[in-house]
Amino acid sequence: MAEVLVYVDHVDGAVRKPTLELLTLARRIGEPVAVALGAGAGDTAAALAEHGAVKVLTHDAAEYADYLVVPKVDALQAACEQVSPAAVLVPSSTDGKEIAARLALRIGSGVITDAVDLEAGDEGPVATQSVFAAAYTTKSRVSKGTPVITVKPNSAAVEPAPAAGEVEALSVTFSEQATGTRVTGRTPRESTGRPELTEAAIVVSGGRGVNGAENFAIIEALADSLGAAVGASRAAVDAGWYPHTSQVGQTGKSVSPQLYIASGISGAIQHRAGMQTSKTIVAVNKDAEAPIFELVDYGVVGDLFEVVPQLTEEIKARKG
Amino acid sequence: MSLRIVVTVKYVPDATGDRHFADDLTVDRDDVDGLLSELDEYAVEQALQIAEEADDAEITVLTVGPEDAKDALRKALSMGADKAIHVEDDDLHGTDAIGTSLVLAKAVEKAGYDLVISGMASTDGVMGVVPALLAERLGVPQVTLLSEVSVEDGVVKGRRDGDAASEQLEASLPAVVSVTDQSGEARYPSFKGIMAAKKKPVTSWDLSDLDLDADEVGLEGAYTVVESATERPARTAGTIVKDEGEGGKQLAEFLAGQKFI
Ligand SMILES: Cc1cc2nc3c(=O)[nH]c(=O)nc-3n(C[C@H](O)[C@H](O)[C@H](O)COP(=O)(O)OP(=O)(O)OC[C@H]3O[C@@H](n4cnc5c(N)ncnc54)[C@H](O)[C@@H]3O)c2cc1C
Ligand SMILES: Nc1ncnc2c1ncn2[C@@H]1O[C@H](COP(=O)(O)O)[C@@H](O)[C@H]1O
Repeated sequence: MAEVLVYVDHVDGAVRKPTLELLTLARRIGEPVAVALGAGAGDTAAALAEHGAVKVLTHDAAEYADYLVVPKVDALQAACEQVSPAAVLVPSSTDGKEIAARLALRIGSGVITDAVDLEAGDEGPVATQSVFAAAYTTKSRVSKGTPVITVKPNSAAVEPAPAAGEVEALSVTFSEQATGTRVTGRTPRESTGRPELTEAAIVVSGGRGVNGAENFAIIEALADSLGAAVGASRAAVDAGWYPHTSQVGQTGKSVSPQLYIASGISGAIQHRAGMQTSKTIVAVNKDAEAPIFELVDYGVVGDLFEVVPQLTEEIKARKG
Repeated sequence: MSLRIVVTVKYVPDATGDRHFADDLTVDRDDVDGLLSELDEYAVEQALQIAEEADDAEITVLTVGPEDAKDALRKALSMGADKAIHVEDDDLHGTDAIGTSLVLAKAVEKAGYDLVISGMASTDGVMGVVPALLAERLGVPQVTLLSEVSVEDGVVKGRRDGDAASEQLEASLPAVVSVTDQSGEARYPSFKGIMAAKKKPVTSWDLSDLDLDADEVGLEGAYTVVESATERPARTAGTIVKDEGEGGKQLAEFLAGQKFI
């Protein structure tokens, strides 16, 4: 059976959920071979094996942390040469898309970014994408070379599928370009204790209607009652009420949760671009004409300062 | 020595318009009003700021696109760029990211550069990969997705806010930079700027000027094919209630019905 390379996104050996989703998708087109790089690469093997990786290629070197993107491209290219895969799957993250694109160029292939689904086809894997702020769904494939495809978080269910997960050292020679862009400092993002925005099953977002940083406590309280991540519109971020890392939309994070709750958000096209593929959409807005109501499964026309706290209380009461 | 900055800008269909696909499954650029991609305005803005800091700098804006793409160049010129290059050729129709990066690389090399500045993503394709591809092709450092950027003594520095961490980056020129919409509001063209732009030079190049063959670009040269594009069915109209004091409870009832509580 053809092998499919899966690039592993991990933090010191802890595999992030989107990578496990990729293993589910990879199994549809072949046998997953994982590539884990950097500090803790070897520690990823158990989780990867449990989710279907027949092999885990690992390599650690200071270059992965000290220089931007290119060392990882060198390593993936080495893995491609070793395995001759049928496809390469990479999580759609800031680094992931750039790594995928440069790899594709080097191995004479095409690249598809931000797939939301993947299936086997007669002429290679077919990727589903959601474009023009989710107004269209397209199906595409790479027509030359080994398909390189990046996949968005929440595109598939994580399914345990125990496999050998045999660890093998990858041998990597870094290119001249590898050390071009030096990482001179790194501030890890502070954990909020809430789920990761792009990975969360439920996202609760606030916009300009929240009217002040201090009022975001109302949004956070609702999120916590549901075990949700907190998002924000660009208007709320630009006003300095919530960090940019929480921005949902075209120039922020793209989310696709089971449930998206928008409060005090009008639903501008750029915001919709980042949340329109959510399974169930709920909005609270005092303006009955707000475009967000065109998307909702359930909408409440009302003042968020009344509706949201009442909702939170009711959820807490029901959960006991 | 003058600092030669090339800003890559894309002409895109207006995101607030009714964007759709043409019969050959390429983005329809005829029926929808186009404009300079808003995310590339941030690239022009940072170029202007870097040029203002440098003793001597020259900004060239570069686009690959149809006839109308001149509008994007004019806008960038009216913001303050010095000159423009328009790569235009019928055979470019349907070029994908890999192909676009090839054309841009050839054009940038022909123009001469110390620093290339791109936007974070185009507002139509939203791939955000062209700057990385351009760096790969040019064999120079990529210093991408910066929310803060500065150039001093031949070194570019910036801050990249990634998924897991915020990173400080540094590279020697020549380099390819891309900037995010967090890098600072783009200026509006002044009346004087708009008038001055009319007199600024716009050079047109076609594929032969760049020693490129038709089969290296366009739909034929593309490494990807779109097999189908379907309009997303309109979401079935949801339930909308007016809050009469029980809105939060009604919403909770809905969420419970959907098994979210
Ligand atoms: C290139 C570009 C990229 C962009 N990227 C993004 C992006 O990534 N993400 C993003 O979100 N935006 C983005 N935008 C901005 C976008 O166009 C909108 O400006 C933004 O989404 C508006 O945010 P908002 O809905 O919070 O604010 P508004 O549009 O001002 O809406 C606020 C809403 O709150 C309601 N409201 C007010 N008070 C209350 C109350 N007490 N109770 C209930 N409702 C209330 C109002 O009725 C209104 O509908 C981008 C724009 C551009 C040009
Ligand atoms: N046709 C084009 N002409 C000029 N620049 C482009 C073109 N396409 C993409 N770019 C540049 O590459 C950036 C990222 O584009 P993309 O990878 O398509 O999302 C844009 O913000 C532009 O700076």
